[in-house]
Amino acid sequence: MSRKLSSLLSLLAIASLLAACAAPATPTTAPATQPPAATAEEPQATVPAPKTLVIGFTASQTGSQNVASTGQLKGLQLWMQQVNDAGGIKLADGTLLTFEAKFYDDESNKDRVQELYTKLSTEDNADYLISPYSSGLADAAAVIAEQYGKIMITTGAASEGTYQKGYTLVYQAYTAAGHYLTGAADLLASLDPSAKKIAIVHENDKFSTDVCNALKAYAESQGYEVVLFEGYDTGATDFAPFINKIVAAAPDAIMGGGHFADGSTFAKQLFDKGVQAKFISLLVAPPEPKFAELGDAAFGIVGPSQWEPLVGYSPEAAQAAGVEFYGLTVAEFVSAYKAAYDADPSYHGAGGYAAGLILQRAIEAAGSYETDKVSAALDAIDMMSFFGRTKFDTSAENHGLQIAHDMVYVQWQTDAAGALVKQVVWPEAGKSADTLYPLH
Amino acid sequence: MATQLLASLVDGLLIGFVYGVAAMGLTLIWGVMRVINLAHGAIMALGMFGLYFLFTGLGLNPYLALPLVAVAGLLSGILMYTLAVQRVINAPYLSTLLATFSVNMMLIGVGTAVYSTSPYNVDFGLGSLALGPLTLPYSRLVAAGVAVGVAGALYFFLYRTAPGKAIRAVANNRSAAELMGIPSNRVLALSFGLGVMLAAVAGGLIATFFPFTILSGNAYQLNSFVISVLGGLGNPLGALIGGLILGLLEGLVSVFLPVNWTPVIEFGLFVLILLVRPSGLFGARR
Repeated sequence: MSRKLSSLLSLLAIASLLAACAAPATPTTAPATQPPAATAEEPQATVPAPKTLVIGFTASQTGSQNVASTGQLKGLQLWMQQVNDAGGIKLADGTLLTFEAKFYDDESNKDRVQELYTKLSTEDNADYLISPYSSGLADAAAVIAEQYGKIMITTGAASEGTYQKGYTLVYQAYTAAGHYLTGAADLLASLDPSAKKIAIVHENDKFSTDVCNALKAYAESQGYEVVLFEGYDTGATDFAPFINKIVAAAPDAIMGGGHFADGSTFAKQLFDKGVQAKFISLLVAPPEPKFAELGDAAFGIVGPSQWEPLVGYSPEAAQAAGVEFYGLTVAEFVSAYKAAYDADPSYHGAGGYAAGLILQRAIEAAGSYETDKVSAALDAIDMMSFFGRTKFDTSAENHGLQIAHDMVYVQWQTDAAGALVKQVVWPEAGKSADTLYPLH
Repeated sequence: MATQLLASLVDGLLIGFVYGVAAMGLTLIWGVMRVINLAHGAIMALGMFGLYFLFTGLGLNPYLALPLVAVAGLLSGILMYTLAVQRVINAPYLSTLLATFSVNMMLIGVGTAVYSTSPYNVDFGLGSLALGPLTLPYSRLVAAGVAVGVAGALYFFLYRTAPGKAIRAVANNRSAAELMGIPSNRVLALSFGLGVMLAAVAGGLIATFFPFTILSGNAYQLNSFVISVLGGLGNPLGALIGGLILGLLEGLVSVFLPVNWTPVIEFGLFVLILLVRPSGLFGARR
């Protein structure tokens, strides 16, 4: 009896583990298309026929990346709608280009991403690809893009590793992961030179690990002592064991996190457990407007952001930097986004829009929609938009890596009425408020 | 180090009570009818969602919503037994396993379609209790208290009420119980309902302090297997104690090793218990 039971339970454990690993498939959503504006007149014999280019991508409409990915999707859709509403892109030879989206729900799952990007590249015949949200998913998609010879603009994907694999058609809109939290260490140094101990607790995924490895190396080079460096599994909900370790290590600052779901839970449990750190900076979650729903637990938390509505990118700033300014202004983007979605844009939404904008600029510069010409135009791009600077590394070792875009750091503070508001606190030149320090 | 150890052990102990309630559901069903309910994790997830919707939709205090979750769990369990388990109750283990596994897949599939796999959060805080060097969220203290109450109520029911005694009689010898006039089929349905109810309540308690998705029950189901084996399959009190042991173990491991090692240690213990003492630390009692 006990032997039978032992065998049965062993089988059960294996079956349960397998079931846990195999997330159920969700039916893919029907592709949402943005029909091009109809042209009223027959094309002239000398005027090339208009063409609709298919932009293929996946979005995490379900799963752990849902919040940030939804923002990214909205931004990208806004760009496409605006370009199509304006009549599309007119090339030098008169060809009118409009865009159509083909996208599916990737369920925040790498395997689904690879299936769907293969489908987008082969069955849907996408002309260009935009990455899914998050470094891990984008990395899974990039190999497919390269395999099928499709240009992919990555957004919401900061890990450097994707651009160090010899790809030639993958281009990064975001600041690379290595720079995500190093600015937080600089900010801490500017606030309190006596603060020397940092605890780093991060999600064990590609992006967060890359960010925190870079942070650790940078912090140690700046004389900080990293008193705790530990990762947690993606999907973790109980941070008590990590918080107990943090309390025991008595750091001046806590840094790390991962994505929205775990980062907001981590912040909430740090608050519930009354952790007395002077400074807390977490990835991804704090810049999201939804982070404010944590209430008091959000207060004082600093987060790196790829973009904020308060950033100062403008035609004047571009001129001062000696580059062209392309596209709409920050105020125009914020206004259009609010009008479309009745919500403030996060940096994920801005990144989605920027991905489309970068592609648009490259097509215009190339005067063609052919892959090799657009790719050459992307290699040569050096511009500023509402999202910031864009310039890609063109070396064989890091092709497509973003080298000009900068991060900003936000902190949740309260306004005169006591409501939580996001303020830009770093870099010094672009800040909208002083950092609240120390938190405890 | 001593403070960290104390804080970790207390945290582990508090979550261990909730683990225990979840495992009591699994082990009760096994003890009475020799069925391993593979829909246990999915039911826990539905318990989380039940509490969430009662809280967000009707504005009920989560702790007042918990009895409704329990009643819904009981009725769902009886329905599940009637539709999926009853017809194969006397078949080999594999048939009941497949029956409950099918229910699990259906629940997860429908749940994913309806709720997606996005995280949900019951945004309800009770604050924290500062106790010397320890800071204990009240939500976890209340959850532990509710877990103790549920365990006590289950024992009262099983040992002090006629239906409870009937359950124990059927668990001991179904044929003899039937000869004594006990309607075994109804008793089995009630037992299954109680097991599912405990899973739903455990899920509801977890939702009061952790965010969750429709897939969140998987991890707790695996924990429940370990706890059930630890405490002795078929022994609800053993399951509660097993939950506490597992919670303490999690607290202990995280002090000395990276937290990611915890499942390795837990499942190592699982295999060890199966090899050395398959009846569990406390054996099976009826």
